[in-house]
Amino acid sequence: MECVFGMVGKEFAVVVADSSAVHSILVHKSNEDKIMLLDSHKLMGASGEPGDRAQFTEYVQKNVALYHFRNGIPLTTAASANFTRGELATALRKNPYSVNIVLAGYDKGSGPSLYFIDYIATLHKVDKAAFGYGSYFSLAMMDRHYRKDMSVEEAIELVDKCIIEIRSRLVVAPPNFVIKIVDKDGAREYAWRESVKDAPSVA
Amino acid sequence: MSRRYDSRTTIFSPEGRLYQVEYAMEAIGNAGSAIGILSKDGVVLVGEKKVTSKLLQTSTSTEKMYKIDDHVACAVAGIMSDANILINTARVQAQRYTFAYQEPMPVEQLVQSLCDTKQGYTQFGGLRPFGVSFLFAGWDKNFGFQLYMSDPSGNYAGWKAAAVGANNQAAQSMLKQDYKDDISREEAVQLALKVLSKTMDSTSLTSDKLELAEVFLSSGKVKYQVCSPEDLTKLLVKFGVTQPVADAS
Repeated sequence: MECVFGMVGKEFAVVVADSSAVHSILVHKSNEDKIMLLDSHKLMGASGEPGDRAQFTEYVQKNVALYHFRNGIPLTTAASANFTRGELATALRKNPYSVNIVLAGYDKGSGPSLYFIDYIATLHKVDKAAFGYGSYFSLAMMDRHYRKDMSVEEAIELVDKCIIEIRSRLVVAPPNFVIKIVDKDGAREYAWRESVKDAPSVA
Repeated sequence: MSRRYDSRTTIFSPEGRLYQVEYAMEAIGNAGSAIGILSKDGVVLVGEKKVTSKLLQTSTSTEKMYKIDDHVACAVAGIMSDANILINTARVQAQRYTFAYQEPMPVEQLVQSLCDTKQGYTQFGGLRPFGVSFLFAGWDKNFGFQLYMSDPSGNYAGWKAAAVGANNQAAQSMLKQDYKDDISREEAVQLALKVLSKTMDSTSLTSDKLELAEVFLSSGKVKYQVCSPEDLTKLLVKFGVTQPVADAS
């Protein structure tokens, strides 16, 4: 039931993910951050097998960092997307990772970009992307309301519309979401959308 | 003197030298020279051909210049068979990078990767080093046009103008005198031909003793162009470094 989605706006890209960590019928925690900062200007939102998710995204993050240290220049968003896809593809017929990824980044020359990478190493460069059961609702909302070059406010309005749909229409909807944004000033957390907070500890 | 250390390729001599690497550089010092010059709109590579014979099929083989990838080319000086192995290695490394990242490999990374291979032959395996020096010319979006020189030790550096092979020191000092930072590609061709004509042993320069290649941008794409013998002859005459076809006089 993990929901990850994202879209490209005017000079920025946004990635949204639910924040529940679930095992069978138990919710371990509802503030799990599933959107990793790959580097200063890249976001990688991932859904899928929790162990694979952490392992694979950290693996990509460390390789992106290593490239930067070795070569003095950062990888472009496109190059890191293709690298990620390559790693999934190589592992696919031996020891596959069960991780779906939405990768967003901002590059100086080419501006914001968004990549859809699924667990069997499909790669698509897109304006909007979504994974999970929530994608039925978020993709539909985005198809209806998305325009190119939206401002941050307009995009977040659309993100909230998607979250409302997921909350109201998905049977076991995740209560909380994290929104992260990447633009020329870098990748950062934008906001949380919480409908369930952890119970306050007994005094 | 410390001759007993020579036969072991991968150990230091008591004076802290790697004899096999030095001997490799000796071998290159006897080979045909090559010169590279970086200009603001391209890189020029010129090489002296040592094997000149009317029987040589010049259209199907090059002796000095090789294309590594669409955006990188190199000139070689030294043992040709060693050069072929390294050129193939460089080509594979460039394609492997593009396979992983779907982008052309940055020029310095390609040079560094090849030099790491060369370094391995100076430290382990018991094999002799490669007797080749390279001049790499290329373009990438990070640093534009670049020129790199590498030698058998696996050392490399970026240069504005460089020379390898026979008389490379003389060529290098001539380049130092005449190179200016805002040199154009045409001026670089002229300078390269002039310097080569002065350092080559031959009495007269003709197009069959030279190879000239340029790396430049054309409609936003990197082009690697080897000069045809006819055009080369015209250039040699234009820059006054050869005798024109004798007129009846």
